[in-house]
Amino acid sequence: MVTLNDYLIASGLLFAIGFAGVLLRRNVIIIFMALELMLNAANLSLIGFSRYNVHDGVPDYNGQVLAFFIITVAAAEVTVGLAIIVALFRARQTTHVEDINTLKF
Amino acid sequence: MMLFFGGMVILNRNPVASALSLVVSFIALAALYVSLDAYFIGVIQILVYAGAVMVLFLFIIMLLDLKAESRRRVNFPAVCGGFVVIILFIKVLSDVCYGFEGGNAKFPPISQGPQGDVWHVGMVLFRQYNVALQVVGTLILVATIGVVILSKRELK
Repeated sequence: MVTLNDYLIASGLLFAIGFAGVLLRRNVIIIFMALELMLNAANLSLIGFSRYNVHDGVPDYNGQVLAFFIITVAAAEVTVGLAIIVALFRARQTTHVEDINTLKF
Repeated sequence: MMLFFGGMVILNRNPVASALSLVVSFIALAALYVSLDAYFIGVIQILVYAGAVMVLFLFIIMLLDLKAESRRRVNFPAVCGGFVVIILFIKVLSDVCYGFEGGNAKFPPISQGPQGDVWHVGMVLFRQYNVALQVVGTLILVATIGVVILSKRELK
């Protein structure tokens, strides 16, 4: 029988993978994908808790609505972020974060 | 499977292979949502992520014509620090999960009656969270305008 803990652990591991991607990879686009993984990990735990809190045979839909909003905002964020990456690529011809160090102290 | 392909996303050197692993990971995640009786979110996940967002990623990768990363001189302290932070994170996570008593209970059964999942989500979304929905709509509009302005040739 699958329990809530299994879903929470899967969600946490997915978040850890995304976190590792953001910390270890040096390509802006891969960092973006890792960010998406972290957002989805949060969604998975939200939906797990939504299924766990059942009142009168109906799951708690607040969690699902919050996951819906997260998906929407993530989609908007991806479009803006990729537009910024394209603008950056035009200016610098690179997507490596180590080559973008003008603001570095 | 979701975790395996999630790992492949960050392990692959080639951005295209990375993006395709991300698609598989998202589809497996949608299957997990369906197994949690969240059909609406599962369908939205496939449509928005596996459809729209991934096409966007692949389009940008093709547009920028990215090659597989060459092996660079790695910044050794940074990589070590990254691994330390991640191992600590997983440690905290396992502590929290095993300290959480309610997590081992079985999921209670649900009976949604004649209305399906989408009906319930719609009721909550359009009644209780109507203002938030409007705000998100405006946010998407602003994002669209912002992207159009950002992708103009030169900013004046």
